[in-house]
Amino acid sequence: MKRKLAYIIMAGLLLGCAHTGPAKGPTDDRNALIKNYKQMLPDIKFDDYIYGALAMNPDAKGQYDDIMSFPPYSMDLDNGQKMWGKPFKNGKKFSSCFPNGGKNVAGNYPYFDNTANRVVTFENAINSCLKANGEEELKYAEKQMGLLTAYARSLSDGMKVNVKVEGAGALAAYEKGKAYYAARNGQLNFSCRSCHVQAAGKFIRMDQLSMMIGQASHWPEFRGGTDIVTLQGRFKQCEKNVRAKPKDANSEEYNNLEYYLTYMSNGLPMQTPVFRK
Amino acid sequence: MRIKTTILYSLIASLGLANLGFAEDQADGRSLAFDRTKGNCLACHAIPGEPKAESPGNIGPPLVSMKARYPDRAELRARIWDETVVNPDTVMPPFGRNKILTEQEVELVTDYIQGL
Ligand code: HEC
Ligand code: HEC
Repeated sequence: MKRKLAYIIMAGLLLGCAHTGPAKGPTDDRNALIKNYKQMLPDIKFDDYIYGALAMNPDAKGQYDDIMSFPPYSMDLDNGQKMWGKPFKNGKKFSSCFPNGGKNVAGNYPYFDNTANRVVTFENAINSCLKANGEEELKYAEKQMGLLTAYARSLSDGMKVNVKVEGAGALAAYEKGKAYYAARNGQLNFSCRSCHVQAAGKFIRMDQLSMMIGQASHWPEFRGGTDIVTLQGRFKQCEKNVRAKPKDANSEEYNNLEYYLTYMSNGLPMQTPVFRK
Repeated sequence: MRIKTTILYSLIASLGLANLGFAEDQADGRSLAFDRTKGNCLACHAIPGEPKAESPGNIGPPLVSMKARYPDRAELRARIWDETVVNPDTVMPPFGRNKILTEQEVELVTDYIQGL
Protein backbone atom coordinates (compact mmCIF):
# COMPACT_ATOMS: atom_id res chain seq x y z
CA MET A 1 0.00 0.00 0.00
CA LYS A 2 2.71 2.38 1.05
CA ARG A 3 4.65 1.36 -1.98
CA LYS A 4 1.73 2.02 -4.28
CA LEU A 5 1.31 5.46 -2.82
CA ALA A 6 4.99 6.16 -3.34
CA TYR A 7 4.68 5.12 -6.99
CA ILE A 8 1.69 7.38 -7.46
CA ILE A 9 3.54 10.29 -5.92
CA MET A 10 6.58 9.61 -8.06
CA ALA A 11 4.50 9.41 -11.20
CA GLY A 12 2.86 12.66 -10.25
CA LEU A 13 6.21 14.32 -9.76
CA LEU A 14 7.44 13.06 -13.09
CA LEU A 15 4.32 14.32 -14.79
CA GLY A 16 4.78 17.66 -13.10
CA CYS A 17 8.30 17.86 -14.48
CA ALA A 18 7.23 16.91 -17.95
CA HIS A 19 4.56 19.56 -17.78
CA THR A 20 6.80 22.47 -16.87
CA GLY A 21 9.69 21.21 -18.99
CA PRO A 22 13.32 21.91 -18.17
CA ALA A 23 13.78 25.25 -16.40
CA LYS A 24 14.83 27.96 -18.84
CA GLY A 25 18.13 29.46 -17.81
CA PRO A 26 20.40 32.29 -18.93
CA THR A 27 21.86 30.21 -21.78
CA ASP A 28 18.40 29.64 -23.23
CA ASP A 29 17.52 33.30 -22.79
CA ARG A 30 20.61 34.36 -24.66
CA ASN A 31 20.16 31.85 -27.48
CA ALA A 32 16.55 32.91 -27.92
CA LEU A 33 17.55 36.56 -28.07
CA ILE A 34 20.32 35.90 -30.62
CA LYS A 35 17.83 33.98 -32.75
CA ASN A 36 15.37 36.84 -32.47
CA TYR A 37 17.92 39.42 -33.66
CA LYS A 38 19.08 37.18 -36.50
CA GLN A 39 15.51 37.16 -37.77
CA MET A 40 14.93 40.87 -37.21
CA LEU A 41 18.29 42.06 -38.52
CA PRO A 42 19.47 39.34 -40.90
CA ASP A 43 22.14 41.51 -42.55
CA ILE A 44 24.07 42.29 -39.39
CA LYS A 45 26.87 39.99 -38.32
CA PHE A 46 26.93 38.93 -34.67
CA ASP A 47 30.40 40.42 -34.13
CA ASP A 48 29.13 43.79 -35.34
CA TYR A 49 26.52 43.98 -32.58
CA ILE A 50 29.14 45.87 -30.54
CA TYR A 51 28.62 48.82 -32.89
CA GLY A 52 24.95 49.05 -31.98
CA ALA A 53 23.02 51.42 -34.22
CA LEU A 54 26.22 52.13 -36.20
CA ALA A 55 26.14 48.55 -37.50
CA MET A 56 22.86 49.42 -39.23
CA ASN A 57 24.13 52.48 -41.04
CA PRO A 58 27.29 52.21 -43.19
CA ASP A 59 27.63 56.01 -43.54
CA ALA A 60 27.51 56.60 -39.81
CA LYS A 61 29.90 53.67 -39.28
CA GLY A 62 32.33 55.24 -41.76
CA GLN A 63 32.28 58.53 -39.88
CA TYR A 64 32.72 56.63 -36.62
CA ASP A 65 35.79 54.83 -37.97
CA ASP A 66 37.31 58.18 -39.01
CA ILE A 67 36.67 59.68 -35.59
CA MET A 68 38.05 56.62 -33.81
CA SER A 69 41.36 56.89 -35.65
CA PHE A 70 41.92 60.30 -34.01
CA PRO A 71 39.65 60.16 -30.97
CA PRO A 72 38.68 63.58 -29.60
CA TYR A 73 38.91 62.19 -26.06
CA SER A 74 42.58 61.17 -26.08
CA MET A 75 43.44 63.86 -23.48
CA ASP A 76 40.77 62.50 -21.18
CA LEU A 77 42.14 59.03 -21.60
CA ASP A 78 45.59 60.36 -20.64
CA ASN A 79 44.09 61.73 -17.44
CA GLY A 80 42.55 58.33 -16.71
CA GLN A 81 45.93 56.71 -17.28
CA LYS A 82 47.55 59.11 -14.80
CA MET A 83 44.90 58.29 -12.19
CA TRP A 84 45.44 54.57 -12.74
CA GLY A 85 49.22 54.87 -12.44
CA LYS A 86 49.40 57.23 -9.46
CA PRO A 87 50.61 55.46 -6.30
CA PHE A 88 48.34 55.47 -3.23
CA LYS A 89 49.66 56.96 0.02
CA ASN A 90 50.85 53.47 0.97
CA GLY A 91 52.86 53.25 -2.25
CA LYS A 92 50.68 50.58 -3.88
CA LYS A 93 48.76 51.14 -7.11
CA PHE A 94 45.43 50.06 -8.59
CA SER A 95 47.23 47.33 -10.50
CA SER A 96 47.96 45.59 -7.17
CA CYS A 97 44.23 44.93 -6.65
CA PHE A 98 43.69 42.95 -9.85
CA PRO A 99 45.14 39.75 -11.31
CA ASN A 100 47.57 40.30 -14.16
CA GLY A 101 48.03 43.95 -13.16
CA GLY A 102 44.49 44.68 -14.35
CA LYS A 103 45.02 43.44 -17.92
CA ASN A 104 42.24 41.32 -19.45
CA VAL A 105 40.11 41.26 -16.33
CA ALA A 106 37.32 43.78 -16.95
CA GLY A 107 35.38 41.31 -19.13
CA ASN A 108 34.79 39.15 -16.03
CA TYR A 109 32.66 41.90 -14.47
CA PRO A 110 30.04 42.13 -13.13
CA TYR A 111 30.29 38.91 -11.14
CA PHE A 112 28.16 37.58 -8.31
CA ASP A 113 29.86 37.59 -4.92
CA ASN A 114 28.39 34.70 -2.93
CA THR A 115 29.80 35.92 0.38
CA ALA A 116 28.42 39.42 0.07
CA ASN A 117 25.37 38.01 -1.75
CA ARG A 118 25.37 40.74 -4.38
CA VAL A 119 26.54 41.71 -7.83
CA VAL A 120 29.99 43.33 -7.96
CA THR A 121 30.62 45.67 -10.88
CA PHE A 122 34.04 46.78 -12.11
CA GLU A 123 33.37 50.18 -10.53
CA ASN A 124 32.65 48.44 -7.21
CA ALA A 125 36.00 46.63 -7.50
CA ILE A 126 37.79 49.95 -8.12
CA ASN A 127 36.20 51.43 -5.00
CA SER A 128 36.99 48.32 -2.92
CA CYS A 129 40.61 48.73 -4.02
CA LEU A 130 40.64 52.36 -2.90
CA LYS A 131 39.03 51.47 0.43
CA ALA A 132 41.37 48.54 1.09
CA ASN A 133 44.29 50.91 0.59
CA GLY A 134 42.96 53.61 2.88
CA GLU A 135 42.00 55.95 0.05
CA GLU A 136 38.75 57.80 -0.46
CA GLU A 137 36.27 56.09 -2.79
CA LEU A 138 35.17 57.72 -6.04
CA LYS A 139 31.59 58.79 -6.71
CA TYR A 140 30.08 55.89 -8.58
CA ALA A 141 28.88 57.01 -12.00
CA GLU A 142 30.58 60.39 -12.15
CA LYS A 143 33.35 61.93 -14.18
CA GLN A 144 36.44 60.84 -12.21
CA MET A 145 35.22 57.24 -12.08
CA GLY A 146 34.44 57.51 -15.78
CA LEU A 147 37.92 58.75 -16.68
CA LEU A 148 39.65 56.14 -14.50
CA THR A 149 37.58 53.23 -15.82
CA ALA A 150 37.91 54.49 -19.41
CA TYR A 151 41.60 53.75 -19.05
CA ALA A 152 41.35 50.74 -16.71
CA ARG A 153 38.90 48.97 -19.01
CA SER A 154 41.02 49.75 -22.07
CA LEU A 155 43.58 47.33 -20.56
CA SER A 156 41.04 44.63 -21.45
CA ASP A 157 40.49 45.70 -25.06
CA GLY A 158 39.87 42.64 -27.19
CA MET A 159 39.01 40.42 -24.22
CA LYS A 160 35.72 38.61 -24.73
CA VAL A 161 32.94 39.52 -22.33
CA ASN A 162 32.80 36.59 -19.94
CA VAL A 163 30.09 37.02 -17.32
CA LYS A 164 29.13 33.92 -15.34
CA VAL A 165 25.80 33.14 -13.73
CA GLU A 166 26.43 30.20 -11.41
CA GLY A 167 24.56 29.23 -8.25
CA ALA A 168 21.24 30.22 -6.76
CA GLY A 169 22.24 33.73 -5.64
CA ALA A 170 23.70 34.61 -9.03
CA LEU A 171 20.63 33.26 -10.82
CA ALA A 172 18.32 35.28 -8.58
CA ALA A 173 20.25 38.50 -9.33
CA TYR A 174 20.19 37.70 -13.04
CA GLU A 175 16.44 37.06 -12.94
CA LYS A 176 15.88 40.39 -11.18
CA GLY A 177 17.89 42.19 -13.85
CA LYS A 178 15.92 40.41 -16.54
CA ALA A 179 12.59 41.34 -14.93
CA TYR A 180 13.67 44.98 -14.67
CA TYR A 181 14.60 44.98 -18.35
CA ALA A 182 11.14 43.78 -19.34
CA ALA A 183 9.09 45.83 -16.86
CA ARG A 184 7.07 48.72 -18.25
CA ASN A 185 7.81 51.90 -16.46
CA GLY A 186 6.74 55.52 -16.24
CA GLN A 187 3.95 57.48 -17.89
CA LEU A 188 4.91 56.42 -21.41
CA ASN A 189 4.76 52.75 -20.39
CA PHE A 190 8.02 51.66 -22.03
CA SER A 191 10.35 48.91 -20.92
CA CYS A 192 13.97 48.66 -22.03
CA ARG A 193 12.74 45.72 -24.09
CA SER A 194 10.18 47.90 -25.96
CA CYS A 195 12.94 49.84 -27.64
CA HIS A 196 16.03 47.62 -27.74
CA VAL A 197 14.39 44.27 -28.44
CA GLN A 198 10.96 44.83 -29.96
CA ALA A 199 11.94 47.91 -31.98
CA ALA A 200 15.66 47.20 -32.57
CA GLY A 201 16.73 48.51 -35.95
CA LYS A 202 13.71 50.81 -36.21
CA PHE A 203 13.86 54.58 -36.05
CA ILE A 204 12.43 56.54 -33.16
CA ARG A 205 12.39 59.94 -34.89
CA MET A 206 15.98 60.28 -36.16
CA ASP A 207 17.53 57.70 -33.83
CA GLN A 208 17.97 54.14 -34.96
CA LEU A 209 17.62 51.75 -32.02
CA SER A 210 20.51 49.47 -31.14
CA MET A 211 20.05 45.81 -30.25
CA MET A 212 20.64 44.91 -26.64
CA ILE A 213 23.30 42.29 -27.31
CA GLY A 214 26.59 44.16 -27.68
CA GLN A 215 25.46 47.20 -25.70
CA ALA A 216 27.57 46.39 -22.64
CA SER A 217 31.01 45.80 -24.15
CA HIS A 218 32.34 49.35 -24.56
CA TRP A 219 31.90 51.54 -21.49
CA PRO A 220 32.34 54.33 -20.66
CA GLU A 221 31.50 56.15 -23.89
CA PHE A 222 32.34 59.65 -24.94
CA ARG A 223 29.13 61.11 -26.31
CA GLY A 224 29.60 64.00 -28.68
CA GLY A 225 33.30 63.16 -28.43
CA THR A 226 34.14 64.48 -24.96
CA ASP A 227 31.12 64.03 -22.69
CA ILE A 228 31.88 60.94 -20.65
CA VAL A 229 28.99 58.59 -19.87
CA THR A 230 29.17 55.38 -17.86
CA LEU A 231 26.89 52.42 -18.56
CA GLN A 232 24.68 53.14 -15.56
CA GLY A 233 24.70 56.83 -16.54
CA ARG A 234 23.26 55.68 -19.87
CA PHE A 235 20.53 53.68 -18.06
CA LYS A 236 19.56 56.93 -16.34
CA GLN A 237 19.49 58.86 -19.62
CA CYS A 238 17.22 56.31 -21.28
CA GLU A 239 14.88 56.31 -18.30
CA LYS A 240 14.76 60.11 -18.16
CA ASN A 241 14.04 60.26 -21.88
CA VAL A 242 10.95 58.14 -21.42
CA ARG A 243 9.73 60.01 -18.33
CA ALA A 244 10.45 57.12 -15.98
CA LYS A 245 12.11 57.77 -12.63
CA PRO A 246 15.77 56.72 -12.90
CA LYS A 247 17.26 54.64 -10.10
CA ASP A 248 20.48 55.61 -8.34
CA ALA A 249 23.78 54.51 -9.82
CA ASN A 250 25.11 51.52 -7.87
CA SER A 251 21.59 50.66 -6.67
CA GLU A 252 20.75 46.98 -6.43
CA GLU A 253 18.35 47.42 -9.36
CA TYR A 254 20.96 48.92 -11.69
CA ASN A 255 23.69 46.49 -10.66
CA ASN A 256 21.39 43.53 -11.37
CA LEU A 257 20.36 45.17 -14.65
CA GLU A 258 24.02 45.61 -15.61
CA TYR A 259 24.67 41.97 -14.70
CA TYR A 260 21.86 40.73 -16.95
CA LEU A 261 22.72 43.14 -19.78
CA THR A 262 26.43 42.29 -19.72
CA TYR A 263 25.77 38.54 -19.62
CA MET A 264 23.90 39.01 -22.89
CA SER A 265 27.05 40.48 -24.48
CA ASN A 266 29.12 37.39 -23.60
CA GLY A 267 31.58 36.35 -26.27
CA LEU A 268 31.84 39.81 -27.83
CA PRO A 269 35.14 41.70 -27.72
CA MET A 270 35.58 44.59 -25.28
CA GLN A 271 36.60 47.98 -26.57
CA THR A 272 36.89 51.02 -24.33
CA PRO A 273 36.29 53.85 -24.61
CA VAL A 274 34.30 54.54 -27.76
CA PHE A 275 32.75 57.55 -29.43
CA ARG A 276 29.00 57.96 -29.75
CA LYS A 277 27.06 60.89 -31.10
CA MET B 1 -8.30 102.39 -57.48
CA ARG B 2 -8.13 103.05 -53.79
CA ILE B 3 -11.42 101.24 -53.29
CA LYS B 4 -10.10 98.40 -55.31
CA THR B 5 -7.02 98.01 -53.18
CA THR B 6 -9.08 98.19 -50.03
CA ILE B 7 -11.30 95.45 -51.31
CA LEU B 8 -8.27 93.50 -52.31
CA TYR B 9 -6.72 93.98 -48.89
CA SER B 10 -9.86 93.00 -47.08
CA LEU B 11 -10.22 90.06 -49.40
CA ILE B 12 -6.69 88.95 -48.57
CA ALA B 13 -7.28 89.63 -44.90
CA SER B 14 -10.47 87.62 -44.79
CA LEU B 15 -8.88 84.85 -46.79
CA GLY B 16 -6.00 84.90 -44.38
CA LEU B 17 -8.36 84.82 -41.45
CA ALA B 18 -10.45 82.06 -42.90
CA ASN B 19 -7.28 80.21 -43.56
CA LEU B 20 -6.06 80.78 -40.04
CA GLY B 21 -9.38 79.69 -38.58
CA PHE B 22 -9.28 76.55 -40.61
CA ALA B 23 -5.67 75.89 -39.74
CA GLU B 24 -6.37 76.39 -36.05
CA ASP B 25 -9.18 73.87 -35.92
CA GLN B 26 -6.84 71.32 -37.34
CA ALA B 27 -3.86 72.78 -35.60
CA ASP B 28 -5.18 71.71 -32.23
CA GLY B 29 -5.27 68.05 -33.14
CA ARG B 30 -2.30 68.34 -35.43
CA SER B 31 -0.07 70.29 -33.10
CA LEU B 32 -0.95 67.93 -30.26
CA ALA B 33 0.01 65.01 -32.49
CA PHE B 34 3.27 66.71 -33.53
CA ASP B 35 4.26 68.19 -30.13
CA ARG B 36 7.13 66.20 -28.61
CA THR B 37 5.81 66.79 -25.12
CA LYS B 38 2.27 65.68 -26.05
CA GLY B 39 1.39 63.06 -28.68
CA ASN B 40 4.79 62.94 -30.35
CA CYS B 41 3.22 60.52 -32.81
CA LEU B 42 5.98 61.31 -35.33
CA ALA B 43 8.46 59.58 -33.04
CA CYS B 44 7.02 56.33 -34.37
CA HIS B 45 4.65 57.06 -37.27
CA ALA B 46 5.11 58.68 -40.64
CA ILE B 47 2.20 60.87 -41.75
CA PRO B 48 2.66 60.78 -45.54
CA GLY B 49 -0.19 63.23 -46.14
CA GLU B 50 1.53 65.97 -44.14
CA PRO B 51 4.40 67.87 -45.79
CA LYS B 52 5.37 69.21 -42.35
CA ALA B 53 5.71 65.77 -40.78
CA GLU B 54 9.49 65.73 -41.12
CA SER B 55 11.89 62.95 -40.12
CA PRO B 56 9.36 60.59 -38.59
CA GLY B 57 10.25 57.27 -36.99
CA ASN B 58 9.06 53.93 -38.35
CA ILE B 59 8.24 51.86 -35.27
CA GLY B 60 4.53 52.02 -36.06
CA PRO B 61 2.76 51.88 -39.46
CA PRO B 62 2.31 55.08 -41.51
CA LEU B 63 -0.91 56.88 -40.65
CA VAL B 64 -2.70 57.02 -44.01
CA SER B 65 -6.24 56.44 -45.38
CA MET B 66 -7.45 56.46 -41.81
CA LYS B 67 -11.08 57.18 -42.63
CA ALA B 68 -11.25 54.18 -44.92
CA ARG B 69 -9.43 51.94 -42.47
CA TYR B 70 -11.24 53.22 -39.39
CA PRO B 71 -14.77 54.15 -40.42
CA ASP B 72 -15.70 53.62 -36.79
CA ARG B 73 -14.25 56.62 -34.96
CA ALA B 74 -14.67 54.89 -31.60
CA GLU B 75 -12.30 52.14 -32.67
CA LEU B 76 -9.64 54.64 -33.70
CA ARG B 77 -10.07 56.55 -30.46
CA ALA B 78 -9.77 53.34 -28.45
CA ARG B 79 -6.40 52.57 -30.01
CA ILE B 80 -5.07 56.02 -29.23
CA TRP B 81 -6.54 55.81 -25.72
CA ASP B 82 -4.85 52.48 -24.96
CA GLU B 83 -3.36 50.28 -27.68
CA THR B 84 -2.39 47.64 -25.10
CA VAL B 85 -6.07 46.58 -25.03
CA VAL B 86 -5.73 45.50 -28.67
CA ASN B 87 -2.14 44.30 -28.36
CA PRO B 88 -0.80 43.78 -24.81
CA ASP B 89 2.77 43.70 -26.13
CA THR B 90 2.61 46.93 -28.14
CA VAL B 91 5.24 49.62 -27.62
CA MET B 92 2.72 52.41 -28.31
CA PRO B 93 2.09 54.48 -25.17
CA PRO B 94 -1.47 54.42 -23.75
CA PHE B 95 -2.16 58.12 -24.28
CA GLY B 96 -5.55 58.23 -22.57
CA ARG B 97 -5.13 55.62 -19.83
CA ASN B 98 -1.81 57.06 -18.63
CA LYS B 99 -3.04 60.67 -19.01
CA ILE B 100 -0.31 61.58 -21.46
CA LEU B 101 -3.12 63.45 -23.23
CA THR B 102 -6.28 64.71 -21.52
CA GLU B 103 -9.63 63.31 -22.59
CA GLN B 104 -10.29 66.39 -24.68
CA GLU B 105 -6.88 66.19 -26.29
CA VAL B 106 -7.50 62.55 -27.24
CA GLU B 107 -10.70 63.67 -28.99
CA LEU B 108 -8.85 66.36 -30.94
CA VAL B 109 -6.06 64.00 -31.95
CA THR B 110 -8.59 61.36 -32.98
CA ASP B 111 -10.39 63.85 -35.22
CA TYR B 112 -7.14 64.94 -36.78
CA ILE B 113 -5.89 61.38 -37.35
CA GLN B 114 -9.23 60.24 -38.79
CA GLY B 115 -9.00 63.07 -41.31
CA LEU B 116 -5.69 61.78 -42.66
C1 HEC C 1 11.82 54.91 -25.99
C2 HEC C 1 13.01 54.26 -26.37
C3 HEC C 1 14.02 53.76 -25.35
C4 HEC C 1 13.83 53.10 -24.17
C5 HEC C 1 12.52 52.73 -23.48
C6 HEC C 1 15.16 52.76 -23.67
N1 HEC C 1 16.11 53.22 -24.54
FE1 HEC C 1 18.12 52.84 -24.43
N2 HEC C 1 18.42 54.00 -26.09
C7 HEC C 1 17.42 54.63 -26.83
C8 HEC C 1 18.03 55.41 -27.89
C9 HEC C 1 17.27 56.24 -28.94
C10 HEC C 1 19.43 55.23 -27.77
C11 HEC C 1 20.53 55.83 -28.67
C12 HEC C 1 20.64 55.02 -29.93
C13 HEC C 1 21.13 53.61 -29.65
O1 HEC C 1 22.33 53.41 -29.49
O2 HEC C 1 20.29 52.70 -29.53
C14 HEC C 1 19.64 54.33 -26.63
C15 HEC C 1 20.88 53.88 -26.20
C16 HEC C 1 21.08 52.96 -25.18
C17 HEC C 1 22.37 52.42 -24.81
C18 HEC C 1 23.70 52.79 -25.44
C19 HEC C 1 24.05 52.00 -26.64
C20 HEC C 1 25.41 52.42 -27.15
O3 HEC C 1 26.14 51.56 -27.63
O4 HEC C 1 25.75 53.59 -27.07
C21 HEC C 1 22.15 51.56 -23.76
C22 HEC C 1 23.20 50.76 -23.01
C23 HEC C 1 20.73 51.57 -23.49
N3 HEC C 1 20.10 52.42 -24.38
C24 HEC C 1 20.11 50.82 -22.50
C25 HEC C 1 18.76 50.97 -22.13
C26 HEC C 1 18.19 50.38 -20.94
C27 HEC C 1 18.91 49.49 -19.95
C28 HEC C 1 16.88 50.78 -20.90
C29 HEC C 1 15.85 50.57 -19.83
C30 HEC C 1 16.18 50.92 -18.51
C31 HEC C 1 16.64 51.57 -22.11
N4 HEC C 1 17.82 51.67 -22.81
C32 HEC C 1 15.40 52.09 -22.48
C33 HEC C 1 16.06 54.50 -26.63
C34 HEC C 1 15.46 53.85 -25.56
C1 HEC D 1 6.72 54.54 -29.33
C2 HEC D 1 6.01 54.29 -30.51
C3 HEC D 1 4.68 54.89 -30.82
C4 HEC D 1 4.18 56.16 -30.59
C5 HEC D 1 4.87 57.31 -29.88
C6 HEC D 1 2.86 56.18 -31.16
N1 HEC D 1 2.56 54.99 -31.73
FE1 HEC D 1 0.83 54.51 -32.72
N2 HEC D 1 1.54 52.60 -33.01
C7 HEC D 1 2.80 52.14 -32.67
C8 HEC D 1 2.94 50.76 -33.09
C9 HEC D 1 4.17 49.88 -32.91
C10 HEC D 1 1.72 50.41 -33.71
C11 HEC D 1 1.37 49.07 -34.36
C12 HEC D 1 0.28 48.33 -33.65
C13 HEC D 1 0.66 47.74 -32.30
O1 HEC D 1 1.83 47.75 -31.90
O2 HEC D 1 -0.26 47.25 -31.62
C14 HEC D 1 0.87 51.59 -33.64
C15 HEC D 1 -0.44 51.65 -34.14
C16 HEC D 1 -1.19 52.80 -34.22
C17 HEC D 1 -2.50 52.88 -34.85
C18 HEC D 1 -3.18 51.76 -35.60
C19 HEC D 1 -2.55 51.84 -36.97
C20 HEC D 1 -3.07 50.95 -38.06
O3 HEC D 1 -2.44 51.01 -39.12
O4 HEC D 1 -4.04 50.23 -37.88
C21 HEC D 1 -2.91 54.18 -34.73
C22 HEC D 1 -4.19 54.78 -35.27
C23 HEC D 1 -1.90 54.90 -34.01
N3 HEC D 1 -0.86 54.03 -33.72
C24 HEC D 1 -1.96 56.23 -33.69
C25 HEC D 1 -1.01 56.92 -32.94
C26 HEC D 1 -1.14 58.30 -32.52
C27 HEC D 1 -2.32 59.19 -32.88
C28 HEC D 1 -0.05 58.60 -31.78
C29 HEC D 1 0.31 59.86 -31.05
C30 HEC D 1 -0.70 60.52 -30.30
C31 HEC D 1 0.80 57.40 -31.76
N4 HEC D 1 0.17 56.41 -32.48
C32 HEC D 1 2.03 57.30 -31.13
C33 HEC D 1 3.78 52.86 -32.01
C34 HEC D 1 3.65 54.16 -31.55
